[in-house]
Amino acid sequence: MIMARPKPIEEIIDEIKDFNKVLIAGCDGCVTVCEAGGSKEVQVLASALRLYFTKERKRLEIDETSLTRQCDKDYLHELLDKIDDYDAIVSLACGAGVQFMAEMYRKKPIFPGVDTCFIGVTEERGVWAERCQACGQCILASTGGICPISRCSKRMLNGPCGGSEKGKCEISPDTDCGWHLIYERLKELGQLDFFAEPTDPKDWVSSRDGGPRKIVREDVRL
Amino acid sequence: MRLRYPTNIKIIKVPCSGRVAIIHMLKALEEGADGVIVAGCLEGDCHYQSGNLWAKKRVSYVQEILEKIGMEPERVAMYNLSAGEGPRFAEIAREMTEKVKELGPSPIRDAKKLASKKSKVEVAA
Repeated sequence: MIMARPKPIEEIIDEIKDFNKVLIAGCDGCVTVCEAGGSKEVQVLASALRLYFTKERKRLEIDETSLTRQCDKDYLHELLDKIDDYDAIVSLACGAGVQFMAEMYRKKPIFPGVDTCFIGVTEERGVWAERCQACGQCILASTGGICPISRCSKRMLNGPCGGSEKGKCEISPDTDCGWHLIYERLKELGQLDFFAEPTDPKDWVSSRDGGPRKIVREDVRL
Repeated sequence: MRLRYPTNIKIIKVPCSGRVAIIHMLKALEEGADGVIVAGCLEGDCHYQSGNLWAKKRVSYVQEILEKIGMEPERVAMYNLSAGEGPRFAEIAREMTEKVKELGPSPIRDAKKLASKKSKVEVAA
């Protein structure tokens, strides 16, 4: 899932302070799972903003909503009837949701309420970690199901490098060496021959080197 | 026990302090409460294992929010006491009331009063 963290409230206050009526819009998708932008976070942010602006004696009306997904036009349409009631929207969706909202409601200023961080997993409650960089050409089949692009700090295709020590990466003793993990897993699986075979350079065109990406599938298009 | 404690305290019963969410504390302040006490069981004595520890974290989170928006974080406090400690409850009630008195009335209640006065004047005009 896409992981995000809440933006500092001071930043949001600064963005909306000159408006009169603002809608805080959450997203019930990924950002709900990482407890950054779901309906619960919308309630807390809206309440904190109301406290701040009431204390400052500034009349700024703040309403709350949460959409099933903000990366889907059908759900963004739900705001169509009420969007004109607001001067601005603070979207707690990921960067994709914020942009899709801005594309759909072109005349409304849209502000992001979270910082979108990575595609990752919930390791435990309150701990989220990166697992995928969406490079567009998955090589997990030959790396024991552990991705060197997201787990190795240097994104090396043939590792580990000289900075790997006792299974940890040179950037921090808290960071596992991705290639150490790959080696250990391949050994467990009896697939160390994958490790012995050098991997050819990757074609990064399917990643960001090819510019903004798009998937078009005629078989599922309407 | 017929213990005396300040009459300004409104008690809201919950099954466990772990039921108290961040939004409940913020809503109380939004409604104009001068302060909020979350009274949980003693640490290690939670009937639901860790409800009071969750409450403690949430109280700290609310205090952080208050600090960021320029309100006194002391307006929200967590206390741990057992159900058999009536005198301690009365003591906490007095302690918090004194603390809040020192801080002064909630800036929210003041601002709300002013806003409603203004709107009445606007209606009259």
